[in-house]
Amino acid sequence: MTDAVLQAGAPGPAARPEGSRPGAVLRRAEARPIIEIDDVVKTFGEFVAVDHVSLTIREGELFALLGGSGCGKTTLLRMLAGFERPTAGRILIGGQDMTHVAPYDRPVNMMFQSYALFPHMSVEANVAFGLRQDGLPKAEIRDRVRQMLDLVQLAPFAKRKPHHLSGGQRQRVALARSLAKHPKVLLLDEPLAALDKKLREQTQLELVGIQERVGTTFVVVTHDQEEAMTMADRVAIMDSGRIIQVDTPHALYEYPNTRFVAEFFGTVNMFQGDLIEDEPDHILIRSDALANPVYVGHGISAREGATVWVALRPEKLAISRTRPDRAHNWDQGIIEDIVYLGGISTYHVRLDSGALARVTTQNLERMAEPDITWDDRVFVSWRHDNVVVVTG
Amino acid sequence: MSAPSDSPRDAPPAAGPLARSEAEQAWSRAGWSDGDDRRLTRLQRLTARFGRGTVIGVPYLWLLLFFLLPFLIVLKISFAEFRLGLPPYTPLLEWIDGTYLQIRLALGNYQFLLEDPLYITAYLNSLKVAFFSTVFALLIGYPMAYAIARSKPSLRAVFLLLVILPFWTSFLIRVYAWIGILKNNGLINNGLMALGLIDEPLPLLNTEFSLYVGIVYSYLPFMVLPLYATLEKMDTSLIEAAADLGCRPFKAFLTVTLPLSLPGIVAGSMLVFIPAVGEFVIPDLLGGAGTLMIGKVLWSEFFNNRDWPVASAVAIAMLIFLVIPIVVFQHYQQKQAERAEES
Repeated sequence: MTDAVLQAGAPGPAARPEGSRPGAVLRRAEARPIIEIDDVVKTFGEFVAVDHVSLTIREGELFALLGGSGCGKTTLLRMLAGFERPTAGRILIGGQDMTHVAPYDRPVNMMFQSYALFPHMSVEANVAFGLRQDGLPKAEIRDRVRQMLDLVQLAPFAKRKPHHLSGGQRQRVALARSLAKHPKVLLLDEPLAALDKKLREQTQLELVGIQERVGTTFVVVTHDQEEAMTMADRVAIMDSGRIIQVDTPHALYEYPNTRFVAEFFGTVNMFQGDLIEDEPDHILIRSDALANPVYVGHGISAREGATVWVALRPEKLAISRTRPDRAHNWDQGIIEDIVYLGGISTYHVRLDSGALARVTTQNLERMAEPDITWDDRVFVSWRHDNVVVVTG
Repeated sequence: MSAPSDSPRDAPPAAGPLARSEAEQAWSRAGWSDGDDRRLTRLQRLTARFGRGTVIGVPYLWLLLFFLLPFLIVLKISFAEFRLGLPPYTPLLEWIDGTYLQIRLALGNYQFLLEDPLYITAYLNSLKVAFFSTVFALLIGYPMAYAIARSKPSLRAVFLLLVILPFWTSFLIRVYAWIGILKNNGLINNGLMALGLIDEPLPLLNTEFSLYVGIVYSYLPFMVLPLYATLEKMDTSLIEAAADLGCRPFKAFLTVTLPLSLPGIVAGSMLVFIPAVGEFVIPDLLGGAGTLMIGKVLWSEFFNNRDWPVASAVAIAMLIFLVIPIVVFQHYQQKQAERAEES
């Protein structure tokens, strides 16, 4: 609960409202696919780790696989790297069928969650390892290693052994090593999980910067919703081995296709209800949790009487002491808690139905006296075009 | 507790000492002062030292009583001369006429070791046998340890138990069992003859072959266990990383697994090599009359010739021969490890 409330900051200053890089998204719309995952299944005994997944990742994209632990995201990544063979389905990389190709023959490289740096080799030797396997001339290897170490700003540490580096430096060695061979695709397994929060946030943007400079397609596995939002052009949300939705961070946040996505991606107030009126230009939803019906200004593809869920983002709710002058899209309750986070505050409003609504407001004025406080009776309202309705 | 004195800029100068004394008062009221604190830690330090002393002291005492003292007695005897009687050697210290103390160091035993080629040949042969036994044990033990370390975790305990299981039978019985397997009408020869592959028994027992079989078989667990320990804790993602970077499995083994398992190889080799040099039972039972190993020579000096001084000299010389290279090797290893730490 507290976690969820803290993450209400997602739509705040850290988030990018329009995808991650609008230009990049446009450019990539016409880019050709680099990875095609075609109806892939992977089972371990009885357990279905990846369940009929199909996915296309475009050239130059920074793509994130997001999901909780055990959702199959890492298994999918390991199948791209070649460490696991799919039980069924095909994987194409750069147009070639790689389903049964060994890891050492694939044009992809992986950055491991543990970094997997060779402890008996210097930083330089670690970065050069892949190039040596290709039998490149020594001078070229030296140049490429220097280039990579410059890219991650580790040139002064070339002669050190990995255990003499900090966590952040090791992470950069791992990145340099996996990029040294100029792979078609770089696979990153929880690349920032081992770093502390501050360093992680800084490194997220650094990674994006490096990706833009080298132009390589990145596929990042992460369980961190904020990390996926910060870094990725597109995000695939996975649950129990299936892909639930693939879209830009913006679309996932504003147009979730399921309850799962709405709840997983950011914080949301979710109210179950029944569709009581379904017209082409509007719908009405009645919920036991809300005193007034919910009006939405467009039609949805569901039958009248169907159970639907109303998803309301905390920042799209407004809070006031005056009763809204309309018949729908508002409710009232008591302020139960106020979480002050500096830039924003989250109000926990206990509605008269007993349901809880979380409302975030921006603290725009430094000197403003908060006029709403604990145990106040308030009205919570929202605009009809800010309502997301999901059916499952 | 020194917070007020840490930030003199924030407080007016006069308030500094006042604030501090107030704080000190508060601390002593609460029953905590610097003095108390120090006394407490001194007491703790004393008990800690006592506890540590006991823990380290017991094994040291044990080694002193049962290793160092016997060793010094053997050293003493090695400088004596053979005589008929009890004990069968001349004393080191002797009162002459009750007036002066005589110390007699007879170096003849050591000279004798150098003069008679038997001893040098036996030493060199022991080193040779121990070296090749170690190599064979490594060649057999490494794949075993690797397979166990890479097997399913649930099976690992079973495999390890199988490696350790022979220890539950007496060492001597196991060596005798090999006689039963290798002798002329033993398991192998009878089996091969029954199959019609050979007409007369192969001479297996009392050969170099049976000697190596015995030593490698007996010491294999000492090679497998340390190797398993290093291989088991190795991060398998390192091998995946090597494969990911384009390295084929065998090369990945040579460039990643093998160098990282070096500590296990060294430990296992030491555990096989050192006891194998002085091995007596196996060469005596399986090696036959022609096998010249220093352990056997030592035994016959002691029990057949009853020449305790020469036997002791053989033992001391063997120890020096063995200890010096080991110490040098250890020193080198440590230096290398330190260098690796620094770089």
